[in-house]
Amino acid sequence: MIALHEVSKVFNQGQPNECRALREVSLRLERGGITVFKGPSGSGKTTLLTLIGCLARPTAGRITLDGRLLSNLPERFLTEVRRHTFGFVFQQFNLIRGLTVLDNVMLPAYPLGKPHRELRDGARALLDRFGLGAKADSRVEWLSGGEAQRTALARALINDPAVLIADEPTANLDSALSREVLALLGELATQGRTVLISSHDPLVFEAVQVDRIIELHDGRMVGDSRC
Amino acid sequence: MLLLSQGLRREATLLLQDAPEVVVQKLIAGRHDPLPAAWLDTLRRIRGVSSARGRLWGYYYDPAIKANYTLMVAPERGLAADEIVVGAALARIRQIGVGDYLSLRAADGRPLSLHIVGVLDSASELLGADLLLLSETGFRQLFQLPPEVYTDAVLTVRNPREASTVAGKIALALPASRPILRAEILRTYDAVFHWREGMVFVALGSLLLAFLILAWDKAAGLSAEEKREIGILKAIGWETGDILRMKLWEGTLLSLTAFLVGYLLAWWQVFHGGARLFAPVLKGWAVLYPDFRLTPAVDLQQILVLLAVTVLPYIVATLIPGWRAAIIDPDAAMRG
Ligand SMILES: Nc1ncnc2c1ncn2[C@@H]1O[C@H](COP(=O)(O)OP(=O)(O)OP(=O)(O)O)[C@@H](O)[C@H]1O
Ligand SMILES: [Mg+2]
Repeated sequence: MIALHEVSKVFNQGQPNECRALREVSLRLERGGITVFKGPSGSGKTTLLTLIGCLARPTAGRITLDGRLLSNLPERFLTEVRRHTFGFVFQQFNLIRGLTVLDNVMLPAYPLGKPHRELRDGARALLDRFGLGAKADSRVEWLSGGEAQRTALARALINDPAVLIADEPTANLDSALSREVLALLGELATQGRTVLISSHDPLVFEAVQVDRIIELHDGRMVGDSRC
Repeated sequence: MLLLSQGLRREATLLLQDAPEVVVQKLIAGRHDPLPAAWLDTLRRIRGVSSARGRLWGYYYDPAIKANYTLMVAPERGLAADEIVVGAALARIRQIGVGDYLSLRAADGRPLSLHIVGVLDSASELLGADLLLLSETGFRQLFQLPPEVYTDAVLTVRNPREASTVAGKIALALPASRPILRAEILRTYDAVFHWREGMVFVALGSLLLAFLILAWDKAAGLSAEEKREIGILKAIGWETGDILRMKLWEGTLLSLTAFLVGYLLAWWQVFHGGARLFAPVLKGWAVLYPDFRLTPAVDLQQILVLLAVTVLPYIVATLIPGWRAAIIDPDAAMRG
């Protein structure tokens, strides 16, 4: 459903600090399952995820979503695709301080203009599902790491995206919490969502829920194994 | 401050609405001088003048309370030579009332004891606060004024629209006279208030400027935290337009609230708190401050002006940096 064809990303092109973050990466990602992008720091994992998630454009190459070419869409359409297709969990959780857990979860849905009641009920249902029902009205700065990660996960799912992108979802968690998050992600994958994770945590790519591991090195794809 | 002078201006305008059509003064070397009684006959003979009456009024400095009284002869009250009626503020400050005696020093140095037979009600206190009404005999006795002069003369004119024509004829018949039309008095009051307003405006202008600089500084500089937040919003699907709309709302709400609170505070301090802050400047040098309640006067145009100088710059100041930040690439959120 998502296909990359010889995708490259160059930062600061033509300048002395030019950086080739990705070099001619080609791959197909099918619907459903957990795919992990593995590789040492600086190998281009985050960069690849931002390209797939329409947060940035490739310098060269083509990306298609269900056969539709994304790489040449104008910014406005790209945002539109991003809203409806992708949910993001960021490495630092990136919750907005000063707002409650519930408000944070509802944020991605505001621009869609759904009725507020419907939105709130949806957000509460998600929080209940992740065991955060009691925390809905507390401010996000008081959350523990695990709670913050689950809040971020709930926020990523509020618009019911087909693809969930999580950049190093276990980097800030201990192994028990990491397993908990992996279990949640596995659950989502079995429900038919496509889950894309970047990680250099052995706990993640040894987990039973993972379906495919793609290895990156210096911006090149060096391995692709299905489990 | 705008509220206060608006209220004052309205009060004065109302009071002067029933002021005489034309006032005639005698000038000597450009200064106001007592007007000879004989002038009244000359004035009555001018075409268009329906009546002419000599007035007696002046000021009296009371060293006891270090204030000036305005003294006026009120023939229509039929006061006896030793009877007076005093303004409410004067009565309050001297702690005197009906039945008491007020002692003034006459121009020849002798004390003049006057019996208070009435206190003016405080409805029109703004101009009548320090007023003291007395009889013609009492007035002449106090100031040692000869019987054949008046302070000035007031005329009624058959057709008010011809007042300025009549004034022209008066100036011709009595070259040493200065006819003053009611419209001119109104304008003078307006000008005086405008001038005082201006003084305060200069003082407040610097304050306003400081406020603007502060507001701009506050609004224009986006903190790293805010930039991070905008990056996150973009990453989770907000468009530049959505973010600007939010910033606009935020700015509008904040500055409108501030404006409303400020306006209400100003309103309260002018119309209920007696405008303690600016009243001394705007009401002038009368030391006897009247305890007046201005009828609230609100001018829509004034509100708009105030809005324009306070709220608009703040909103603009929030929008520009918001826009600058909102066009950053959404992938920034992916990197700490
Ligand atoms: N905005 C940018 N400008 C310049 N260089 C960048 C930018 N973003 C990433 N890079 C560079 O691209 C390369 C790949 O970065 P990327 O973040 O994709 O690596 P990563 O595999 O996610 O690493 P990590 O495991 O440390 O998160 C790095 O060398 C990085 O310095
Ligand atoms: Mg990374």
